[in-house]
Amino acid sequence: MNGAARKLTESVARSPATETPPAVPSATEPIPAPLTIHQVWRWLVLHRRQLRTLAIGTASLALFLLSWHLLTKYRVTVHVRFVNVPSPEMVFDSLMRVSRDNKFLSHVFLSCRRIFIGFAIAATIAVPLGLVMGRFRLVREIVFPVSEVLRPIPAIAWVPMSIMLWPSNEESIVFITLLGSFFPILLNTLHGMAMVDPVLIRAAQCLGAREASIFREVYFPAALPHVFTGLTVGMGVAWVSLIAAEMISGQFGIGYFTWEAYSLVQYADIALGMICIGVLGLGSSALIRGVGRVVMPWAKT
Amino acid sequence: MTATSAATVQQGKVTVTDFGLSYDTLEGLVEAVRDASIHVDPGEFVSIIGPSGCGKSTLLNAVAGFLKPTRGEVAVDGDPVARPSADRGMVFQQYSLFPWKTVRENVEFGLKMKGMERSKRETSARTLLGLTGLLAFENQYPDSLSGGMKQRVGIIRALATGPKVLLLDEPFGSLDAQTRLIMQQILTNMWQRLKTSVLFVTHDIDEAIFLSDRVYCMTARPGTIKAEIAIPLERPRHQSMMMSSEFLALRRGLMSLIREESLKAIGGEVNDIALQGLDIDLHGRSLADVI
Repeated sequence: MNGAARKLTESVARSPATETPPAVPSATEPIPAPLTIHQVWRWLVLHRRQLRTLAIGTASLALFLLSWHLLTKYRVTVHVRFVNVPSPEMVFDSLMRVSRDNKFLSHVFLSCRRIFIGFAIAATIAVPLGLVMGRFRLVREIVFPVSEVLRPIPAIAWVPMSIMLWPSNEESIVFITLLGSFFPILLNTLHGMAMVDPVLIRAAQCLGAREASIFREVYFPAALPHVFTGLTVGMGVAWVSLIAAEMISGQFGIGYFTWEAYSLVQYADIALGMICIGVLGLGSSALIRGVGRVVMPWAKT
Repeated sequence: MTATSAATVQQGKVTVTDFGLSYDTLEGLVEAVRDASIHVDPGEFVSIIGPSGCGKSTLLNAVAGFLKPTRGEVAVDGDPVARPSADRGMVFQQYSLFPWKTVRENVEFGLKMKGMERSKRETSARTLLGLTGLLAFENQYPDSLSGGMKQRVGIIRALATGPKVLLLDEPFGSLDAQTRLIMQQILTNMWQRLKTSVLFVTHDIDEAIFLSDRVYCMTARPGTIKAEIAIPLERPRHQSMMMSSEFLALRRGLMSLIREESLKAIGGEVNDIALQGLDIDLHGRSLADVI
């Protein structure tokens, strides 16, 4: 299959060249670049893997939507009850309705703002702390036990404490978001520092680098891929924590919207809220990966 | 670059006196190197050869300043070595290029640490890259280079700051045989021009003879200097010399020295019967290489 495809590519690549003599490039004559059928075919062959992934992905999503549609249309009840579950069409109608009113958009906006503030604070504390802990044993010995005790506590368990700690509801929700993303970022940064190849440190020393330069030029960039792993994981946990906090103590936000929909028996809005959370989570993770690619041009994929 | 080398030609005398290094383990004190005394004269190319684990890299790391001697002294131009510095450039077997820096930024690194301004260090890095035929790759990341290219970058990165001594720790050990030969030729040509003192660690006998003015041969653990052999082959050197009777005589001499130590190094794992006919099978490598 592969071999055949390659042969095909080769023959496609060769055939136009053998038929037409090589054109002499001239400055005056504009070189036309029509997309020949051959080129389109070559492009398709070269990108067959990506196209395959895309095709299967689309089909898989379509299948998911179809099953959802059928399960709700026929109100299937096999122990699990789809009786009250909204159908995709109902959710779509709901989306059309709420997209016209500012209230829903302000819920989304508020959630995003909480994520942004909480995550930004977590990253600005956890990344430098992880770097310093990785470099200086004493700092690690002091901070690590505390972080290990606090780390297993799920963000949702912090809700009562957080409400007591912070004067406003908004602050306590941001605090919970912060806590959720803090530990994945810290631990991954720390791991990144531990994975720094010691031979690179020695190479830098032999080239005259001292402590500060080694930290800036070797430790930091070497740990960066792990830092970004931490940021991606941290972003995921930030959304989990945020939604939990909003459902319990919020008056706004997409988590609150979803919970309120249940209380008000607006079942389509529940699914809408859920999908919205999924899309926002996906988008924010993609954003971090994109930033990672820009910041680390040497790293593959 | 030639200007700096002319100025440094009378510098770079390495003296290692009565060097000993041991470390503590649960089983007691382990002696890695004992009573080793070596020297490299300014502008001389010296190799240390010995079986695996004989402490030749330990010795080199002590000259680099990574390890402190338990006994004895390591000095360069009379100054005791206390810590790593740009005076002693090092090339590692694992290349150790910074993956997040482009080829040129890697070469520039030492100059940057010296505080040289950007445009100046860029110019000198490009000159060095041009000399080694790597200018076309200046903006690539090391991951996209072949092993031989990486090590060329590693060598010129270490040379860029104009070190008094160049230390190489089995630099061609992870290259394939053909590339290794080419790299040896490149290194000897570069050295011919720069005349920096070189201390070269290897377990490849041919490599040591081809490159060096003198070769130290080390014993199995605890490592001691067993012999010191001058290599009177004329310079500049070419691969064709490796077939000369002079070269082969040197190789025979070194091989018999090394073989004894290699057998000691692999200890009781191989008995006499297993070693019969070894002369035929070794193909000029030490037993440690073959196994």
